[in-house]
Amino acid sequence: MSVQPTRTQSLAAVGPSLKGRDAPSPVRRHRRAETVRSHAILIFVSILFIAPLVFVILTSLMTDQQANTKELWPHPFVWSNYTSVFSAIPFWRYVFNTLMVAFLSTAGVVLSSIPVAYALSRMQWRGRQVVFVLVLATLMLPYQVTALPLYIVFVKVFHWVPSLKPLIVPSFFGDAFSIFLLRQFFRSIPDELADAARVDGANHWQIMTRVIVPLAKPAIAAVALFNFLYAWNDFFAPLLYVGEDNRSWTLAIGLSEFKALHHVQWNLTMAASLEFMIPVVILFFIAQRVFIEGITVTGVKG
Amino acid sequence: MVLLFLSPWLIGFFVFTLYPVLASLYYSFTHYDLLSTPRWIGTANYTFMFTKDPFFWTAVRNTAWIILWGVPLRIIVAVATASLLVRPRRGVTVYRTLFFLPTLAPAVAAALAFVFLFNPAIGPINQILSGLGMKNTPLWFQSPTWSKPAILIIGLWGIGDAMVIFLAGLLDVPRQLYEAADIEGASRFQRWRHVTLPMISPVIFFTLVIGVIEGFQTFTEAYVANLTASNGDVNGLGAPLQSLLFFTTRLYQVGWLKYQMGYASALAWLLLVITLICTLIILKTSSRWVFYQGGEVK
Repeated sequence: MSVQPTRTQSLAAVGPSLKGRDAPSPVRRHRRAETVRSHAILIFVSILFIAPLVFVILTSLMTDQQANTKELWPHPFVWSNYTSVFSAIPFWRYVFNTLMVAFLSTAGVVLSSIPVAYALSRMQWRGRQVVFVLVLATLMLPYQVTALPLYIVFVKVFHWVPSLKPLIVPSFFGDAFSIFLLRQFFRSIPDELADAARVDGANHWQIMTRVIVPLAKPAIAAVALFNFLYAWNDFFAPLLYVGEDNRSWTLAIGLSEFKALHHVQWNLTMAASLEFMIPVVILFFIAQRVFIEGITVTGVKG
Repeated sequence: MVLLFLSPWLIGFFVFTLYPVLASLYYSFTHYDLLSTPRWIGTANYTFMFTKDPFFWTAVRNTAWIILWGVPLRIIVAVATASLLVRPRRGVTVYRTLFFLPTLAPAVAAALAFVFLFNPAIGPINQILSGLGMKNTPLWFQSPTWSKPAILIIGLWGIGDAMVIFLAGLLDVPRQLYEAADIEGASRFQRWRHVTLPMISPVIFFTLVIGVIEGFQTFTEAYVANLTASNGDVNGLGAPLQSLLFFTTRLYQVGWLKYQMGYASALAWLLLVITLICTLIILKTSSRWVFYQGGEVK
């Protein structure tokens, strides 16, 4: 994200003369009024975004009875709700299943998409443009269109339903969105570095693993992060494959059935929802830059 | 050598994309219940879809509603929130984080949270609305009029992705253009209309295409809301009064609850064709309103 020198900054640069004693006070007052007004708007919008989370947190700390009333403030605070979730459902099994799908499918996408993106950006061959257009076309393809025949194959040919395999194995065969993102990044790496390696006798595989991949770490991190989060949050695909028995359930499935199946109150449901969200929030704060830059690249350079 | 590098995608393309797309086209002309072999029935699935399935048109109408309202609304809110955050001022990174935070909520968690928040009897949203003096507070997920707006609001709560993309777009607008507009004596609105809007039109285009494609796939929030209301009974899908019966909901009902694989494939193929047509229409018209900075081609 390139940050241009902005209006306010350039004003600040000529600031001293304006801020000096001679500066007419109405101007200053006007500017202060505008600052107050814009902060008021920003705070109001922030409340709109954050209030739902606050109510969810407050409800997650109520007793069973209180959660079923109009009251908004917990009395008493029931911190044990957060541990009760673990005994209400096989939470750890869902966590384990979800992590397994998320880690393995992310590894699969990264490993399989890098060479494809390399071939589409740094190798010259006939038909490259055609393949790239095909990759973009599959990006537009709704999951629902392929889901049905794949489901039939996974059921009848591989006998993989119910299991987590249909959620993991396909990711080892490239993911259009990741290929696209990596290809855009690989293209931006200057040719000189690869040329130098080629002069030293490196082949394409060596150039990819020793030159391009180390330089493309930010893009690879973004791809890994997006796939991990996608797998963590995904609901439709697991719904099709994990079956009635909760042995293979992921967190998204377990949580969607939580209130309905266990006849629990809103307090535990809210606590469980928050526990489902917390790892994502932690990951976000650790990898904020990767996150924001990744989203930006997909949208602006797309 | 090239083939070696491409092999993961090539295998994936044939096995997980091309085969299923063609197979579902074939299945769409058959009667297939997963147990017996598919039986060719010609275009019967498609005639049933358009003339006899009572829920097909409901699903089409609901999906059209959510796209026609949701996509423009998302773009407007994303541009508006991004515009609030574009000027560097004290605390702007805090505001950015606060605006973005809800986007991190997984769809299932967000849906569950809002089913509670929108609860007409005990939820805080209606308490606030009646506290503000509203007489007949909406029944949200219990009312066919308000259930779709409720889904829209959940979507707008997680506007962060689109907001970040617009923010980057706004930050990329060259300063000189605004300065030139100021010299010409442009008003605030004129500056926005003739500088900002053209400069972010590629981002609007991108968000529009993604929004329409995702709109056709609306499913999770409605599914979670329905299941929670019906205590886990899948017959409750689409309630109240089929107002949350979306295209993908219907596809799921037919394919995975009733195992009518032939008819479900016909629905899936229609989805593919409609998505393609919509994307092509947006692409075709885009040359008229999308402005790319000096030959900047990807």
